[in-house]
Formats: sequence, C-alpha cells, structure tokens
Amino acid sequence: MTGAQPSNSGRRRFFARAAAAAGLVLAPGVVLLTTKAKAAATGPRWGLLIDLNKCPIDCSECVTACNDENGLKGHGRPLTDAQWIRKVDVRDPASKREWSVPVMCQHCEHPPCVDVCPTGASFQRDDGIVLVDKHICIGCRYCMMACPYKARSFIHEDLTDQKPHAPRGKGTVESCTLCVHRIDAGGQPACVERCQGIATGAMTFGDLNDPDSAIARRVATYATRRIRDDLGLAPGVYYQGL
Amino acid sequence: MNQSIYREVQGWGAGTWALFAGFGLVVLLALLSAWTMEHNGHYVTGMNNQIVWGLPHVFAVFLIVAASGAINVASMASVFGRTPYKPLARLSGLVGAALLIGGLAVLVLDLGRPDRLIVAMTTYNFKSIFAWNIYLYVGFLAVIAVYLWFQMEWRMGRYVAVAGWVAFIWRLVLTTGTGSIFGFLVAREAYDSALMAPLFIAMSFSFGLAVFALVLAVACAGSGRDIGNFIVERFRRLLGIFIAAVLYFAAVRHLTNLYASEHIGVEHFLLLSGGVHTALFWLGQVGVGGVLPLVLLYAPIDIGARMRLLWSSAAVVLGGLAHVYVIIIGGQSYPLSLFPGMEVRSSFHDGAVASYAPSWPEVGLGIGGFAIAGLIVAAGIKALRFLPESLGDRVTDPHYRPPAAVAAE
Repeated sequence: MTGAQPSNSGRRRFFARAAAAAGLVLAPGVVLLTTKAKAAATGPRWGLLIDLNKCPIDCSECVTACNDENGLKGHGRPLTDAQWIRKVDVRDPASKREWSVPVMCQHCEHPPCVDVCPTGASFQRDDGIVLVDKHICIGCRYCMMACPYKARSFIHEDLTDQKPHAPRGKGTVESCTLCVHRIDAGGQPACVERCQGIATGAMTFGDLNDPDSAIARRVATYATRRIRDDLGLAPGVYYQGL
Repeated sequence: MNQSIYREVQGWGAGTWALFAGFGLVVLLALLSAWTMEHNGHYVTGMNNQIVWGLPHVFAVFLIVAASGAINVASMASVFGRTPYKPLARLSGLVGAALLIGGLAVLVLDLGRPDRLIVAMTTYNFKSIFAWNIYLYVGFLAVIAVYLWFQMEWRMGRYVAVAGWVAFIWRLVLTTGTGSIFGFLVAREAYDSALMAPLFIAMSFSFGLAVFALVLAVACAGSGRDIGNFIVERFRRLLGIFIAAVLYFAAVRHLTNLYASEHIGVEHFLLLSGGVHTALFWLGQVGVGGVLPLVLLYAPIDIGARMRLLWSSAAVVLGGLAHVYVIIIGGQSYPLSLFPGMEVRSSFHDGAVASYAPSWPEVGLGIGGFAIAGLIVAAGIKALRFLPESLGDRVTDPHYRPPAAVAAE
C-alpha cells in the first residue's frame, strides 16, 4: 500500500503532461480551423447576375471574350471541343416566348462536382469559386457526370498557345474559373467586362455577401431565378427575366 | 462425399499454349489501344463531352460487378454451409480477384491521366463514393487473398468460415458502392435512384455465376476433369433465380420511374424511342439476358443440363453487357434537363440526344479486361492448386451412392 501513493502521483503527472503536450499540438489546429470558418462566413461570395431582358439571341460577346481571355480554341470538332460558356436558346412551347441564356459553371454553394471528385481536384474556394486543380485531376470525368449544368469539358487532345494565367492540360477536366486570375487582381470576369463594355450590359459581377454591392441590391430588388434551383445546390449565378 | 484433392493443370499441351498466347495477344492489343487513346487524346474514341463514359466503362463495370458475384460460389460453401460448393471455393476466389483486376485495369487505362494512378491511390476526398470504391476494390483483393490463404493452408482451416463471412459482407458493400456511383448522380434522370444499389447486387449474382460457370466449363474441359450432374443442376437452379432477380429489380426501377412524371421523358427514350438503346434494352437486356436464358434453363426442351447451363450463361454475359451499356451509354444519351418543360438547343448540344459510336481502341481496351482476367485465371490454375481433380457427383453430392450400389437394390 505504501508504494501505491508515489506510483499514482507519477501516473497523474504523466497524464497531465501528456494532456498539456496534446493541447499544445492541437491548439494551433483548432485556432486555424476557427479562423478559416470565420473567413468563409464573412468573406466575399462572388456571383453573377444576368439580365436576360438585355441579352439578345444574336449576341455572343461573352463567349468570345471568354475564349480570348482563356485561350480556348476549337479543333473543329464540336463534340469534343471545350466550351466554358455557351449561349443556350430556350423556348417555352406553351407561350412561345424565347430566351438566350449564357450558361457557364454556376459556382454552386454545394457543388456536386466537388462532392464526387475522388482526389479532391475539384474544389471550392472560400469565396465560392469552384475550380479544378490540374495537378491532381486524374481525368475520371465523374464530375462531368455529376454536374447538372453540363458546365465542364474534358480536354480530348493536345493544346497549343496556352495563356499563362489559364493553364490547361490534355486528359484533365476544366470549366469556367470565373476569371479567378482577374478577380484576385481586383478585376472582374472577362465576359462581364466585355458585356458591359461593348455589348448590352446584361451581366453584373460582384459580392453577394455585401449588401451594398450592386449585384446584392439587384438580387434583393428584382425577381431572379437560378437554373435548377430545385436541386438545392445554391448556384452563384442568378438570372433576371427568366 | 469425399474430400477434394486439388491439382495444378499438368503439362504444356498445344491447347494450353494457344490459350495463353490468345489471352496475351488480346492484352497486348488492349495496351496498344490504351496507348493510342492516351497518346492522341480521347478525341480518337467515340467519347466526347456528352458521352463522357463509353465502352471501356461498360466492360469495366461489367467485370467489376461480375467479380463480386463470382465470389458468391465460395460464400455458398463458407457462409451458407452448402458443402457441394466447397470444392469450388478456391476457384471462386481466383475468378473474383481476376475479374476485378481486369475491370480495374480497363478503368485505369481509360483515365485522362492514367500516369496519375499514384495520385488516386494517395489523395482522397472521402465525400466521394469513387474514393470509397478505391478502398473497397483494393480491400476486396486483400480479403480474397486472405480467404484463399485460409482455404489452401490446412492449419488455417478453422478460420475459413470467418474469412468467408468477411468476404461476403465486403462484396455486398462493394457492389452497393458500384451501384451508388450511378445512384448518387442527382443530375441525371436515368440514374438518381436508390434502387441502383440492389439492382447492381442482383446483377452481380447473375453475371458472376454465369462467368464462373463458363470459366469452370472451359477449365475442366481443358484439363480433362469431370463435372457431375449434381453441381450442374445446382448451378442451373441458382442461375435461374438470379436472372429472375435482375429482371425484377430492372422492372421495379423502370416502373417507379414511370410513376414520376418528371422521369417519363427518359423512360420513353429508353423503352420506346431511344433507337439502339431501346433495341439493346428489349432485345439485349430483357431478351438475350433474361427471357432466353430462363427458357433455356427451365423449358422442357431436349438439350442436356450442361448445354442448358452453358448457353444460358453465355446469354447472361451478352445480355449483361447490353444491360450495362443501356445504363451507362443510354443514361448519358438522354439530355440533361437544364430548363424543365422548355425546348432547348445550343452549340454544346444542349437538349439534343447524344450519339455515340464506339471506336476500335475502346473495343480493344474493353475486351482486354476480359483477357487480363482470363490470363490471371489460366496462370492460377496452371501453377497453383485451385481446381479439384474431380467435380463428379462422388465429390460434390452429399448423398452420393455409387451406381453399383443403386443397381444392387
């Protein structure tokens, strides 16, 4: 019995030190996680608003701007050539009304492409932009199967004359980056710039989390819709007049 | 019932050489096909931005689904205590592992970047069912390896039942995972169904037993070993039940879809207006893969039990490939519904039914998966003791009595 006392206190000391060491190791991680979560909650959520009343059927300046900016050149093979943004002609068979809808990656809040990607190559930034890490994309195309918007393209052949800010790779999947290189430099996507510059000004880019931004004010004021909102993916692209 | 004696296939006859050479040649052609696709890019295949998974995936999914089914023959012995299947348990494990390796090889060689296999093996997104499947597939091979070791090493014999249970549960989870690859795709109307998992499990039972029966027939015929009527009769009844189960789940899947008006479009496409997909559904999946083998197995026609089993197994394999084709290619051919109820068209083929024409490299790669599996099985039974010396009724039938004894009564 006499020997039990020092042995117990030694064990207590051991556990106390172990707990302190574990706390020391884990604490920075906990703090980092907290900081990251706060940043995500309070940071920007980039989005687009497209006013279809101002988007004519015969205008495809946004598509041209995207192709120029990101070096997208077709090989004359429409089935396999990449398209990051396209104009979709939509017609209501009942009312005969028609729309021309620019469709690109919708940068969903809950992106299925990110969920299904086995390696995590499809990922979402804290500001809501959904991207593909070309270094770890294995080209399985499961994200293309999962995307409800047909927003992604697989690179089917060799590429030349790539833009340094938009690296691409044969055998990997890609889609609209929302011109992340421009946004990170304080600019806006090429399609929006072109639309506002020489086209009709149908596209608005901005921070949906900032109630004072033009896009947030318009989304709050006018009736807008998001494509396949019923799927609950909370896309970052809003459409007015659809 | 006597204890089975397992033997390697002796000697190197012309038939053995021809078998290995044939499989080897097809594997080489598959590698050439894969190289063609990777070197030029996937534009040389029939796949495109509309049909993103093509014929290689049809073969790969068939092989993977059949792999988990082939192991069921061993489960019948270890898990359900059906001793007649015990002599077949080793071969069952070998065929299961071989089919899985063949399927995975096709899947990997079709990747846009197969050179990044190491990335797929080391970088995981655990929210992805694909990532889980990598664990399930590799784990399946490990479980089978242990299962085979316990069966072949007499000192470990007492653990065979435990290993059998693990293999059985693992294979059920694995096929659930494979079916869920499609079941989780909410965007695609043809998939988005929890029924995909049990459907795939039923398919695995049927495809796996059919492939196993064909492998067994070739292996025994090639090595001069006999198969008794008892085991043939057991296989015949089992295969019939499995085929009926596949037809049942396929019918429930389509009928439940027809009940939901949002899915009527895709069902109309697959069942009535889908051209080659409709033909493959009714003639391939239902006709060759379901009705024909059931007739062959059960109808009072004058062909022997072995022929019934062999022809129906071949029909199940062909019909099964058609079934997987309709699921994978047919499901993608129907356009995504971006704007429900609207007429849609674009330069990116929105709103249009996608066409798909498989290319030769895809065919070569897909068939190569079968050849890889065949090569592994052939090498296995040639070098190791997988195949019993006899599968005659004396070995498999627990109530066997020699004909002389029966005659004496």
